[in-house]
Amino acid sequence: MKEKLLDIRDEYLSFFTPAGEIKALNGVSFSMDEGEVLGIVGESGSGKSVTAYSIMGLTAYPGRLVSGSIRFNGHEVEKMSEKELRKMRGNEVSIIFQDPMTSLNPVYTIGNQIEEVILLHTDKTREEAKKRAKELLELVGINEPERRLKQYPHELSGGMRQRVMISIALACEPKLLIADEPTTALDVTIQAQILELMKELRSKLDMSIIMITHDLGVVASMCEKIAVMYAGHIVEYGTADEIFYEPGHEYTKGLIKSIPKLNSSEPERLVPIEGQPVDLLNPPKGCPFAPRCGSCMKICLREMPEKTELSETHYSYCWLHRKAEFEKGGGAE
Amino acid sequence: MGKYIVKRVGMGLLSIFVVATLTFFLMNMVPGGPFVAEKSISKAAQEALASKYGLDKPIMERYFTYITDFVKGDMGYSLRQRGRTVSDIIFSKFPVSAGLAGVAVAVALCVGIPLGCLSAYHRGKFGDRFIIVLATCGIAIPSFISSVVLLYTFGSRLNLLPTIGLNTFKSYIMPVTALAIYPAAYITRLMRSSLLDVMGQDYIRTAKAKGLAGFKVMFKHALRNAILPVVTYVGPMLAGLMTGSFIVEKIFTIPGLGREFVSSITNRDYTMIMGTTIILATLIIVANVIVDILYKIIDPRINLK
Ligand SMILES: Nc1ncnc2c1ncn2[C@@H]1O[C@H](COP(=O)(O)OP(=O)(O)O)[C@@H](O)[C@H]1O
Ligand code: SF4
Ligand SMILES: [Mg+2]
Repeated sequence: MKEKLLDIRDEYLSFFTPAGEIKALNGVSFSMDEGEVLGIVGESGSGKSVTAYSIMGLTAYPGRLVSGSIRFNGHEVEKMSEKELRKMRGNEVSIIFQDPMTSLNPVYTIGNQIEEVILLHTDKTREEAKKRAKELLELVGINEPERRLKQYPHELSGGMRQRVMISIALACEPKLLIADEPTTALDVTIQAQILELMKELRSKLDMSIIMITHDLGVVASMCEKIAVMYAGHIVEYGTADEIFYEPGHEYTKGLIKSIPKLNSSEPERLVPIEGQPVDLLNPPKGCPFAPRCGSCMKICLREMPEKTELSETHYSYCWLHRKAEFEKGGGAE
Repeated sequence: MGKYIVKRVGMGLLSIFVVATLTFFLMNMVPGGPFVAEKSISKAAQEALASKYGLDKPIMERYFTYITDFVKGDMGYSLRQRGRTVSDIIFSKFPVSAGLAGVAVAVALCVGIPLGCLSAYHRGKFGDRFIIVLATCGIAIPSFISSVVLLYTFGSRLNLLPTIGLNTFKSYIMPVTALAIYPAAYITRLMRSSLLDVMGQDYIRTAKAKGLAGFKVMFKHALRNAILPVVTYVGPMLAGLMTGSFIVEKIFTIPGLGREFVSSITNRDYTMIMGTTIILATLIIVANVIVDILYKIIDPRINLK
């Protein structure tokens, strides 16, 4: 069997704060093939960014991997030294952040910030790096690249800056590109343009993408696989079709109901998911979604749901799949 | 830029005028006068002196005379150092104080910036705590204590350094140290907190995600953004020190402007008070303009208008 590009097994990661241990990731496992596009969806605070940063060894203080393993491109990330990690970051795996307004250094030119990463990871000379930076700006659809290279971030619009961020991420032709809510901070029209660009780049360049978002609509249009995260768990994983047409978790169903349907003929009825996110300092014993779940059973409060394989590519963690058994066996409800 | 400078010069002149006016009236409201303390001279002689320097005239008249003379470049005679003009005194003493201040500030920057960086880099570790304690002491200890301690240890006990004047390189060591301790400590703390603040910014995360090494992240991406508060602090502080530190000049017997300033106030040497105050105000204004220009150079977002 061909080795996976990314294989995360049973990742537990906590932030050890003065207030206590914030259990941000609680047994996250998933894997990706080369060239695959994975969407990670889930509401704010569910652990999407923390998962992404841990792949790059960028977990912020006071966070620490408690257990589990992260294999990426032949590396055992959790065992790598800081020096080895630095060689990998921006080179084999790179990331685009949510807010392009604050993600570029205000005191250096665009050119400087793109060339920096090229000079760091390749043997190119300054001249060659500059040429490459120009190509990259063209690739991400920025006009007058020559002039832009000399400009400072504040002279560019939000959409432009996100394109620059993308060009920095692509500079060393990474195997994996992580886009952490790349459009959340942008206006709707700009959002669409950036998504269009991402799709275009995806078909042009041979790389895998992790697309993080809290918006199912965004992943629907570009991801093959989708992982749904809730309270530091991947509660459901499947192909885009499986997730949209046969959702196997109550939280996923809730998310799907809350997407606005643009082409629907009926008056729109959005159903937001009621209730508060989980307190990660004191996570519940059973299913993390139980307090907000309309179909909650007794066992949901008591025990963490087991993994149910719904197909070769589709699994979820929900007791509902076993409801029939419980009813036969004497009513867990 | 040109327009900005013209505007700032105009504003500066106006500020100096306001400062001069306020000082003039305030100092005349304070009881006492330049010749009152001299018990040896008779009432008649005092009056003769007052009329010689025009002090018997109404205050508004004296004010207008002073301002017109000042505009012509004449700051008058010192009332207490007979026969010397205020300009003479200032131009002979100012370079001494300014030189000392320049060296002290340079030292403070060379110590404070690296210590602040080091402290932020090792945040929470032993080195950081040690530097914080050091900086806190530096801020808390007044310069008369550090001066006296220095003078006693290196001057009298060990006999390593000269205790008087500023004649050799060695004689700079103690007064410069005494002057630099506070700003160095202050810059250390300012640099540390500003760096820690910047290190939490998104663009620092971007720099780390590029694979840059920790020191490169700190010195290329963080330092340039974090240094702005230090620049803001150093400008006016330098201006203040250049007009002399009374305590340090007194303890180390340095013929600087600081001593003149203080004694002119206690002696009610009106013309000297005006002269030194105006110099101080001018320096502070010039320092602020320089700070603004430096800001513009460091941070391209800043627009000088
Ligand atoms: N630096 C940090 N310190 C403490 N807790 C953190 C930190 N970063 C993230 N967390 C915790 O981890 C959880 C997941 O965060 P994150 O991955 O950023 O969520 P999202 O899915 O919105 O990207 C959050 O609930 C937060 O409490
Ligand atoms: S396990 Fe129970 S509480 Fe959790 S989603 Fe399924 S039905 Fe709801
Ligand atoms: Mg996030």
